Amino acid sequence: MNTPASRTPYRVETRTRTSSIAGFTAIAVVVLLVVLPAFASRSLIQDLFFILTMLTLAQFWNLLAGYGGLVSVGQQAFVGIGAYALFSTVILWGLDPVPAILLGGLAALVLAVPFGFFAFRLQGAYFAIGTWVLAEVARLVVAQWKAVGGGTGTSLPRSATESIIFTSEIATLFGVRASAARDILAYWLALVLAIVAIGGIYWLLRSKRGLALAAVRDNPQAARSVGVDAQRVKWFVFLVAALGTGLTGALIYMQKARISPDAAFSLNDWTAYVIFIVVIGGIGTIEGPIVGVLVFFALQALLAQYGAWYLMVLGVIGIGVMLLAPRGLWGSFSDRTGIQLFPIRRRLVVGALTPKTPSREE
Amino acid sequence: MSIIALDSVSKSFGALKVADAITFEVRAGEALGIIGPNGAGKSSLFNLITGNLAADSGSIRFLDEDVTRQSAMQRCLKGIGRSFQIPQPFGKMTVFENLLVAAAFGQGRSERAVAMQAAEILERTGLLGRANVLADSLSLLERKRLELARALATDPKLLLLDEIAGGLTEGECGQLVRTIRDIHANGTTIIWIEHVLHALTSVVERLLVLDFGKVIGIGEPASIMASPQVREIYLGIEV
Repeated sequence: MNTPASRTPYRVETRTRTSSIAGFTAIAVVVLLVVLPAFASRSLIQDLFFILTMLTLAQFWNLLAGYGGLVSVGQQAFVGIGAYALFSTVILWGLDPVPAILLGGLAALVLAVPFGFFAFRLQGAYFAIGTWVLAEVARLVVAQWKAVGGGTGTSLPRSATESIIFTSEIATLFGVRASAARDILAYWLALVLAIVAIGGIYWLLRSKRGLALAAVRDNPQAARSVGVDAQRVKWFVFLVAALGTGLTGALIYMQKARISPDAAFSLNDWTAYVIFIVVIGGIGTIEGPIVGVLVFFALQALLAQYGAWYLMVLGVIGIGVMLLAPRGLWGSFSDRTGIQLFPIRRRLVVGALTPKTPSREE
Repeated sequence: MSIIALDSVSKSFGALKVADAITFEVRAGEALGIIGPNGAGKSSLFNLITGNLAADSGSIRFLDEDVTRQSAMQRCLKGIGRSFQIPQPFGKMTVFENLLVAAAFGQGRSERAVAMQAAEILERTGLLGRANVLADSLSLLERKRLELARALATDPKLLLLDEIAGGLTEGECGQLVRTIRDIHANGTTIIWIEHVLHALTSVVERLLVLDFGKVIGIGEPASIMASPQVREIYLGIEV
């Protein structure tokens, strides 16, 4: 079956011209974001921290639901467990909060094993409800843990927050107070996490595993029949999403420095908003959550003061987008223009339309 | 040497026996046709061979190895490829990507290593012009072709084809027969379920007749079609 490459007129392309331009733009944006603390206000840094962490959560939920077909509404369990792992190791073991973030990710990974063991027995809507129930169980269990404040929660001790590594260097570098330096550190960590998440997910989707993921999402039975280990693929994305969500949760609560089970395991804050971001932006695309988080942030800045009205407007917008543009804002834009910033399609290009074949007469 | 051997394989769904002590062998390089009325258990037999269904009893040996308890994925990796009667494309992937995933995982090779092969299979199955469209947007005919192409992409030693000629025009059918003959000539063993008898008999060396989950005849097409029992059950009472 092997044909020498020189004879075949085909080639496979993934990159597009816009994707090359997007690559350079992305590098410029990243450089700008890295140096931003030098001249941005503290409130802008805090807003960007919020945007970046929500974006990271959205990217991992999108990986799970949009690419893996696993619609989980229990991801707040991993935010909560990651955050509580950070608080408990800082409070009980005296660990520095920054390395404790890694333990937060690890704790989420460990929790994902029994979580997946139960949830993978369920399909579709049952899987969604099942993950929600499991997350509630995790919240109720953590609320019994008296050493970290039980149901009322606790704060990071002042001794820990004041001596976080790198903060004194950042404070002298930018000439700001310790609390502002802590925000800058958290912002930089959020930036790293968002870049690693987007880059890692993009790399995954471009790899052979990305093909398997799409095949399992589209048709698990047919996927198995062409040699894809569907169960392993599901486990892989579930564990990766749990790890990323746990790391993000730990980071969010390091910055907040105050935790309670109801807040850290909040369905609204860490899953409902995240689903909103992914759905209005465009599920199943990397660009979607980026667009979605910006829309979400703008809406929140404009409407948050109206309380319940704000949530109703979010709901109406969510329903409207689902009805009018089911593929989300970016999805509709991409369908019309063909523009993709992170293309993953493998396009088969016929090199020469009329391949030269030696004629008999020669 | 037999490539696949079933020994009294049975499967029931409640009171319904879809496979009733099915026993037969297929030699390596052979082409076997399977016929039988609707609901005879033909597709279920395929599901049992590929591992999409687990047998209640009996054993299935592939290349002299007992695969009865192995998963569909493992059996695909061993060399059993199949098409589905009701096409099961990866709808949100392009036609080319459908083949790419089958070739890369079915053969356990890298995407790069199988890309050209996948392109050639598209060419052979007449899908090259549709390579970059989503599988969901294909017509039924093209979906059936995709089933064949995707099964071929796994580079199977045993290829199971489930009613891929239904609804084709004479010309398309002739083209399909030529493609399957080519595949067969390359040494691939084929088991083909088909209602379009003339297409089937122009390729296969033996016919197996299935009714109510039972093998009621296996042998050369001419003698099978001549048997009164088969004529009665399969073609309806006549002559």
